[in-house]
Amino acid sequence: MSRLHVPQSKGGKRAKNPMQTLKRLLKLTFSRYKVGTVFMVICVIVSSVANALGSALLAPIVAELATLSPDMDVIYRYIAMIGAIYLAGALCSFAYNRIMMYIAQGTLKNLRDDMFGKMQKLPLMYFDTHTHGDLMSCYTNDVDTMRQLLSQTIPQLVSSAVTVVAIFVMMVIYSFTLTVVILAMLVLMISVIKVVGSKSAKYFLNQQIALGKLNGYVEEMTEGQKVIKVFCHEQKAREQFKVLNDELNDTSCKANANAFILGPINNNLGYVQYILVAIVGLLVILLSDTMTPLLSIYITANGATTPAVEKAAIPVAAGMLVSFISFARQFNMPINQVTMQFNAIVMALGGAERIFEMVDTAPEDAGGDITLTYGENVEGQWAWKKPVEGGFEYIPLRGDIRFNDVVFGYTPEKVILKNISLYAKPGQKIAFVGSTGAGKTTITNLINRFYDIQSGSITYDGLDIKSINKDDLRRSLGVVLQDTHLFTGTVMDNIRYGRLNATDEECVSAAKLANADFFITHLPDGYQTVIKGDGANLSQGQRQLLAIARAMVSQCPVLILDEATSSIDTRTEKLIEQGMDKLMEGRTVFVIAHRLSTVRNSQAIMVLEHGEIIERGNHDQLIAQKGKYYQLYTGAFELE
Amino acid sequence: MIKTLLKSVREYKKSSILCPLVMIGEAAMEIVIPFIMSLLLDEISVIQKGGEADISKIAIFGSLMFVCALFSLTCGVLGGKLAAKASSGFAHNLREDMYNNIQTYSFANIDNYSTASLITRITTDVTNVQNAYQMCIRMLVRAPILFIFAIIMSIIIEPIMGGIFAVAAAVLGIIVFICMFRVTPFFRTMFRKYDDLNAVVQEDLTAIRVVKSYVREDHEIEKMHKATQEVYNYSVKAEKVLTFMMPCVQLIMFATVIVILLVGSNMAVGNIVGNVNFNTLQTLIQYAMQILMGVMMVAMCLNFISLSRGSMERITEVLNERTTLPKPKAPVYEVKSGDIEFTNVCFAYSQKKDVTVLKNINISIKAGEMIGIIGATGSGKTSLVSLIPRLYDVSEGSVKVGGVDVRDYNLDDLRTKVAMVLQKNVLFSGTVADNLRWGDENATDEELRLAARQACAEEFIDALPGGFNYDLGQGGVNVSGGQKQRLCIARALLKKPSVIIFDDSTSAVDTKTDASIRESLRKYAPETTKIIIAQRIASVQDADRIIVLDEGEITGVGTHDELIKTNEIYREVYESQVKGGEDDE
Repeated sequence: MSRLHVPQSKGGKRAKNPMQTLKRLLKLTFSRYKVGTVFMVICVIVSSVANALGSALLAPIVAELATLSPDMDVIYRYIAMIGAIYLAGALCSFAYNRIMMYIAQGTLKNLRDDMFGKMQKLPLMYFDTHTHGDLMSCYTNDVDTMRQLLSQTIPQLVSSAVTVVAIFVMMVIYSFTLTVVILAMLVLMISVIKVVGSKSAKYFLNQQIALGKLNGYVEEMTEGQKVIKVFCHEQKAREQFKVLNDELNDTSCKANANAFILGPINNNLGYVQYILVAIVGLLVILLSDTMTPLLSIYITANGATTPAVEKAAIPVAAGMLVSFISFARQFNMPINQVTMQFNAIVMALGGAERIFEMVDTAPEDAGGDITLTYGENVEGQWAWKKPVEGGFEYIPLRGDIRFNDVVFGYTPEKVILKNISLYAKPGQKIAFVGSTGAGKTTITNLINRFYDIQSGSITYDGLDIKSINKDDLRRSLGVVLQDTHLFTGTVMDNIRYGRLNATDEECVSAAKLANADFFITHLPDGYQTVIKGDGANLSQGQRQLLAIARAMVSQCPVLILDEATSSIDTRTEKLIEQGMDKLMEGRTVFVIAHRLSTVRNSQAIMVLEHGEIIERGNHDQLIAQKGKYYQLYTGAFELE
Repeated sequence: MIKTLLKSVREYKKSSILCPLVMIGEAAMEIVIPFIMSLLLDEISVIQKGGEADISKIAIFGSLMFVCALFSLTCGVLGGKLAAKASSGFAHNLREDMYNNIQTYSFANIDNYSTASLITRITTDVTNVQNAYQMCIRMLVRAPILFIFAIIMSIIIEPIMGGIFAVAAAVLGIIVFICMFRVTPFFRTMFRKYDDLNAVVQEDLTAIRVVKSYVREDHEIEKMHKATQEVYNYSVKAEKVLTFMMPCVQLIMFATVIVILLVGSNMAVGNIVGNVNFNTLQTLIQYAMQILMGVMMVAMCLNFISLSRGSMERITEVLNERTTLPKPKAPVYEVKSGDIEFTNVCFAYSQKKDVTVLKNINISIKAGEMIGIIGATGSGKTSLVSLIPRLYDVSEGSVKVGGVDVRDYNLDDLRTKVAMVLQKNVLFSGTVADNLRWGDENATDEELRLAARQACAEEFIDALPGGFNYDLGQGGVNVSGGQKQRLCIARALLKKPSVIIFDDSTSAVDTKTDASIRESLRKYAPETTKIIIAQRIASVQDADRIIVLDEGEITGVGTHDELIKTNEIYREVYESQVKGGEDDE
């Protein structure tokens, strides 16, 4: 349907404004769960500190054991402390994982609901300029990347940061010199991560692009797979596929290789750090006389109970070194973990940006303040309710629609409709005829304000359609489109889509009028048969019959039939003629038809060409005119 | 299933085997380095005990560790690269095998899969399998090796400690497996709910005009709320199990450390007989971590594999699908003429359901004849002609082209000689000339022009910017329906076939052009059998013979004038159309 098909795959783009996107995402996530967030952060901090503290307490044990006569009571006390701390840590870790899980899942649900709610309110132009694939991937791929970010990456970032700080503080207390060694190694590690990581991120984006290309190729070729078979084109298809597939393999291999080697590099640089700390530590111990920084902690840890502090200086320092080495290991671990999340963050922010882009698109305006009422003024009659000073004015709905000098283009540069003026009096049947692209469907799309006109005006019972509430305007118009769409659900549900409070009887009688009753009762479960996948198991003709029944149920005062019977063969069309007549009775109807037999009995037929009405009149007048309509009718011109 | 998939590893077998081997090297270093470390610490402890340190020993251990780290680094990087090569290569081959197999599908096979489902299988599902595969070759060997090495080393240091580790690992393994076992069904349901959610969005997108026309936005939002709520419920159920598992694992790790400390410190002071001092204690703690991590890794790998099971099944389905058209034993390579003969043909699309589409068809068509086929929607017109280029096989009876049963031909040769212009026709991205050359790759520009002229397409092609080099865009979006149909006809004519079939392929072309296409067909290809399916009587009126189909049976064969008199259905269709719009003719 879309006239402006500009498929632009947006996958594989890096976030333009990562910090701002992150800030917004965090705000969105945590502002809804303030209490939970506070608890979560506290638990993360306690759990990380507990982990660090637990390991730190190993040092006094080792030191005690290293003394000539270790005191088991002291050791047991430390072990009990470690046990208690670990237990608290595990409980907190359980708590924050739980809380974060609820926050993350809740946010994802809200995000999906928000997106969908916002999407419903977007103008049609938006759907014309974005492919379904792109919009779908907001709900699937982009939300998925967010899932990982929220439920894993964010808690890990917080816990890593806390751990790093906690351990850093302890390291500085233990030994300043060795901390410097560790920091130096850290700089090296981070720069390696930066080089490899950004390379990896680049290749991952390339991989997404290559995947998109392959996807597009498979989509197009599979759509035409039967043509491939008929033309024995299989070998060619294979060869072209191979080119794209090889390209994908190449980028995928590079992207993954860079991601996989990051782990071992960091891990082993960690070992080198280990060695350096050990050796530098030894040198410090052996060469320096002043052990004060190393000793101070030991003295405070043991109080003044150790008389032999002075003598034991070197051995005790060695014990401290052992502890310090284990710190180095713990210091690296969170940093490693964060780097592993690097790609996840890049991808999630890209996804978040696409989601926000959609959510931020300006919605359709709601239209004016005139509303539609039924039976409020006069029993059993539709009326427009117009607010006037001191109350309301009721204008009966009659179905009088006029176009005055309407100019329209999907983009301002390209005008589709030029100075269209026409009128449909209540109860009249107006037909539009013309070739594809002449602007037939466009005219009907302007009546229900799918698109807004550039200049001129459209009035409905004398009211400018812009002054009418948009939902009410559309409620007054029943539409049967050329491409019929059905929804997952029973046949009954699909007919009832026209008017949600229609009874079963009303639905069945509508189906009978549309001549759909016959095939419906032959379906496995009759009216309760579940339709799946846009009614894939029904023929196009059957689907059109259902769409007509849907319009009949809706009981709208004005009808728009856009090629509503194009896929119904001429014999069946004759059969539903009665039903159609009943449907159109007393209603203003706009008909677009390819088959001229459908439009013959219209009060006025408009022949459109290049966005202009070139002929108008009833069938006999137009035939007598021997113009374009006459040529079309006698088959001298093609319609599409 | 896994066997079928692994067939696609092929040239990446070397990398796939080498990768775990290299990973073993890395795993060994993970064990050796802490061991050397403990030796180094031993030396340091000599100082601690007040003795003189052997600096040369420390230097040796230090450099040994450095060498080991270097070796481990090499192995790790190499392993990473090999894993990347093997897994993306495997994925590449899987996609290729799938796509190549799809090319062998018959029409009946193609009907089984929607385009969307094939795309998901080739992209998302393959990516899932690729991830599972790289996990396997990187972790599934490395983790157990690490686990075994660490157990052995700790037994060497102190058998009792090794025993403790084994018990801890077993407990952990049991907990992890119970959790995985419980979580898998939740995940399965969650994925199904996910599909439902996607279906809501998909439907809403395709039907957005209907939604907006009937002002049903709120109704759709309500549907979406239900779908997201379901996804939320099952995600929470699944993740609850997982959030329970992680702290459990942590607790076991911590408990193990505490036990080591208790037992170890007692051993160190000599309360319990054992070979542990305060240095080996640290090494042991590190081993404990590695052992438990090993168990975790294996569990996660298995979980990954079980989650990608669905993907594997869907891929295998595509790979194992065999064409429904068996190859002849002694194929005939030449189609001698355009004679066609249907003998007692019955046909149904699926063997299971007894819905016969064609019943007892007998008709013989001479080369060069022009045959029209008329019938209501669902009467079996398309099915009838599909049997001629063997797009489907008959259920009973036989179809002969040029005197030979279509099942005895080499398929490519048959289809080159029997051209068919499909009802749902497709043009591909590329220029007009590119698309026409589908019919004949080596066609000269003159031949293209001639075919275009025969299909009455020359005029409008020349009017396009760039003429034959005009880019049609994906699916031929840049030309009108009638123009598209004429391009498809020209494309088929270029094959210079013995039989050409038009399946309602001039429906969007006006009657005059329609007539002149038929006229040029007669002139340019008198030897070619022409079969035309049409909705419009006018399109078949002047055919040599017209076949009237009704509910899968031939109810009449003859010329227009004969059928008007003898065939009721034909007369009805004729009248509905004449009254509908052609009374001026």
